[in-house]
Amino acid sequence: MSVTAEQVTFWIFAVPLVITAGGVVVARNPVYAAMNLVAAFFLLAGIYVLLAAHLIAFMQILVYAGAVMVLFLFVIMLLSLGTEHFEKERHRAIQVIGALGAVFLVAVIASAIADVSGPAAVLSPGFGTVKAVGKVLYTQYLLPFEVTSLLLLVAIVGAVVVAKERI
Amino acid sequence: MAVQSYLWLAAILFGIGLIGVLTKRNALIVMMSVELMLNAANLTFLAFARQSGNLGAHAIAFFVIAVAAAEAAVGLAIVIAVFRSRGDVNVDEVRALRE
Repeated sequence: MSVTAEQVTFWIFAVPLVITAGGVVVARNPVYAAMNLVAAFFLLAGIYVLLAAHLIAFMQILVYAGAVMVLFLFVIMLLSLGTEHFEKERHRAIQVIGALGAVFLVAVIASAIADVSGPAAVLSPGFGTVKAVGKVLYTQYLLPFEVTSLLLLVAIVGAVVVAKERI
Repeated sequence: MAVQSYLWLAAILFGIGLIGVLTKRNALIVMMSVELMLNAANLTFLAFARQSGNLGAHAIAFFVIAVAAAEAAVGLAIVIAVFRSRGDVNVDEVRALRE
């Protein structure tokens, strides 16, 4: 069985991705967790490029690694929590049940993955580019697209109202 | 390359995020784990888009990213408000609605 370039690239991105994702959960310091999450988002963008999702990979870096993570780091530094806030763990029983539940869910997903079959489709030229995705967004998904702008407006107003001390 | 590899990666990412949500007490870490789970869902959408050649999943992934940004903004605002009133962001201590 020959190893293709796609497989090599997949593993180059996938192994550090799982490690950094684990680092988010394991990290004691919230800044370390946030940095692990930034790395995970960048590696995930690489996986998206492998899947020919060029626009989504670009937006992943722009919105997630850029905007959302800056927001997270800003709040972490604004709250300036001491390490004592992070060393308190949940009850051991809850941790074990939570981990078992997650493993069980992955097992259920695994049985569903085993049913997926069939060859991959032949992609049309320009699949996943700004032009192709933009065309779908502005024709077939025009209403959801516009509702998204309303959602973002509500989120902006809601965030200001909730976080402000006095209006 | 088979789509199963990508689906497996997404399942593992989702599991890691779920472990974080269920076992961590700090609201910030819980929210980061939720972001991981949303990204795992996105990866699944894009893997099936590659499999079927359908661009609709790319539009869905776009909406997921927008909703995640809104969720992060509102969620972090709530975390700040909770921290102001209680001086802590421990999810087990915030139970005013239960009492």
